[in-house]
Amino acid sequence: MATKAVVKPTKTTKKSTSTGTTKFSKETYIKWYTDMLLIRRFEEKVGQLYIQQKFGGFCHLYIGQEAIVAGTITASRPTDSHMTTYRDHAHPLALGTNPRVLMAELYGRTTGCSKGKGGSMHFFDKEKNFMGGHGIVGAQIPMGTGVAFAEKYKGTDNVCFVSMGDGAVRQGALHETFNMAMMWKLPVIYIIENNNYAMGTSVERSTNVQDLSKIGDSYEMPSKSVNGMSPEAVHEAISEACERARRGDGPTLLDIRTYRFKGHSMSDPQKYRTKEEVAEWMEKDPIDHCLDVIKENKWLNDTEITDIAAWVKKEVEESIEFAENSPYPAPEELYEDVYMQKDYPYIKEY
Amino acid sequence: MKTVQFREALREAMNEEMRNDPNVFLLGEEVAEYNGAYKVSQGMLDEFGEKRVIDTPIAELGFTGIAVGASMMGLRPIVEFMTWNFAILAADQIINSAAKMLQMSGGQYHCPIVFRGGNGPAGQLGATHSQSFEAFYAHVPGLKVITPSTPYDAKGLLKAAIRDNDPVVFLESEKMYGDKGEIPEGEYIIPIGVADIKRKGTDVTIVSFGKIMKVAHEAAEILAKEGISCEIIDLRTVRPIDYHCIVESVKRTNRCVVLEESWPLASISSEIAYHLQRYAFDYLDAPVMRVTQTDTPFAFSPTLIEEALPNVPRLINAVKATLYRN
Ligand SMILES: Cc1ncc(C[n+]2csc(CCOP(=O)(O)OP(=O)(O)O)c2C)c(N)n1
Ligand SMILES: [Mg+2]
Repeated sequence: MATKAVVKPTKTTKKSTSTGTTKFSKETYIKWYTDMLLIRRFEEKVGQLYIQQKFGGFCHLYIGQEAIVAGTITASRPTDSHMTTYRDHAHPLALGTNPRVLMAELYGRTTGCSKGKGGSMHFFDKEKNFMGGHGIVGAQIPMGTGVAFAEKYKGTDNVCFVSMGDGAVRQGALHETFNMAMMWKLPVIYIIENNNYAMGTSVERSTNVQDLSKIGDSYEMPSKSVNGMSPEAVHEAISEACERARRGDGPTLLDIRTYRFKGHSMSDPQKYRTKEEVAEWMEKDPIDHCLDVIKENKWLNDTEITDIAAWVKKEVEESIEFAENSPYPAPEELYEDVYMQKDYPYIKEY
Repeated sequence: MKTVQFREALREAMNEEMRNDPNVFLLGEEVAEYNGAYKVSQGMLDEFGEKRVIDTPIAELGFTGIAVGASMMGLRPIVEFMTWNFAILAADQIINSAAKMLQMSGGQYHCPIVFRGGNGPAGQLGATHSQSFEAFYAHVPGLKVITPSTPYDAKGLLKAAIRDNDPVVFLESEKMYGDKGEIPEGEYIIPIGVADIKRKGTDVTIVSFGKIMKVAHEAAEILAKEGISCEIIDLRTVRPIDYHCIVESVKRTNRCVVLEESWPLASISSEIAYHLQRYAFDYLDAPVMRVTQTDTPFAFSPTLIEEALPNVPRLINAVKATLYRN
């Protein structure tokens, strides 16, 4: 039997950022609420459509973790770049990519954000500097650092956000990369989306040092644990990290404590955790939290709140309609986008 | 005989060998408490305990290197990769360490180790999760490379691999784990490097291996109805290759089509075609044909997958081409 690791949502460390609710404006809260609600509803629908076998492949939902992208986006600039894992639906949604092209990608249609070639795990949107969607655990850690290298090389003050799971930090490439990123003071912000599980393996069962904010210590990388159910705390931590990066002082590692309300992917019996643990975390739902703040401050009335929900619903529905009415890629498209060279001599037989 | 799933056949092989030899152990991601990402190792933690069924962090290069080192000490690790795509991160230890150890040490150290896991396309998983590694690893002297297509072969060959004193790459498929087939009640071993004629025929030899063998069987059924008799050779091992079996078959049929699930350049099919023109030239009545995956990365969309993969019509076409019947 799997020993069920008990993780408390309330667990904070000495480094944790406080979550003041008055520091942020009405507009910020409404943005957080709207962004997170769109992500949540989009993905809930995606989950249903997946079960209805509208599309195939792997499908990893971000549900529960929305405050991380929401807080990151409000604390960053549109010229910054983002690179993440296969759990990649939320990033482009928060960055403003049209849900239609994301849904179309899930459906494998030619109108998708990666022309139907990437699928759920490989969303890309160059216009928004969203640089993927990467399926190999940890691959984005050095690559995203390379993006930061290029920003520094070109003399910009942009930063690159590199997201990874708590399981991904076990890849050796992280250590090679952290060393160079610190040595070269690259403008990169490492975000551990620490949902405490890598598939069925808890942090507890995969390391001797369970405080992931310590991973950067041997490189003296500034690090901190952050409450990932709080967009406020995420925003503050990201702002501080951005300031450091933009003034040329190099990377930051953020161990952002969160939880995935759903299974690892769509086929996960979740025997490694208890229902109680899931329920406890769901009480910390960042969407409910933002709505509470909005209501307490009377920033929106009931009609306005319903309007947001209606808008979100419409966006999601339209994305499905768009996807279902879009064509599949023609077979010849297999030979496009493999090489930049247009007349590459492929071997062709039957 | 009894009917088992492919995954059960693999599990039986590991269980029996672990009971036989205390030096055999299994490690990999999610193999123990989760009972395997694809349930191959179901129940093994319960029987053998944490010492011998070991969950690793997501650290392919590290745990593979640890296993290679342990094998130099006479232990017999079975390394499970969730899929072979992720073993690319560990390729350094497989290719630079395990495959070279015996020679580099002038015969002093050897690596009795098995690397196993799912290989090849398994649906809409996109470019990085859909690769076939037969030719990659077959390229490397020092390794043996096994690619079974039935539960029977899987069990007998995995047992042989675990007992073998050289490093063995063992290629399975997520799509095959649920396939059922008959195996004997007791223990049995299938020698590495021996091909199996899965269907006797007279007009053309189809050479294949692994999951795509199904396409060969289907095509042969259809062609039989049209009066074309196909012999199907299942290589089962792609390093070493049982050239003798292929050449002898082609001497009888005078025609050959190689069916391979992976890319065409520097492939098993190109190797076999070379070998046949070199050693069966006078027996060939037609050029050796092949059906492979397209010369492109695998893509997500179903239409692109359909285009990329070898299928029954393509194989039938190729067979007919060798008979000048197109
Ligand atoms: C190199 C590599 N090894 C294994 C896998 C299979 N795999 C996919 S996701 C995953 C777990 C990752 O967990 P974590 O990093 O915590 O991210 P989360 O899924 O929780 O967001 C594993 C083992 C992979 N995709 N790539
Ligand atoms: Mg995780």
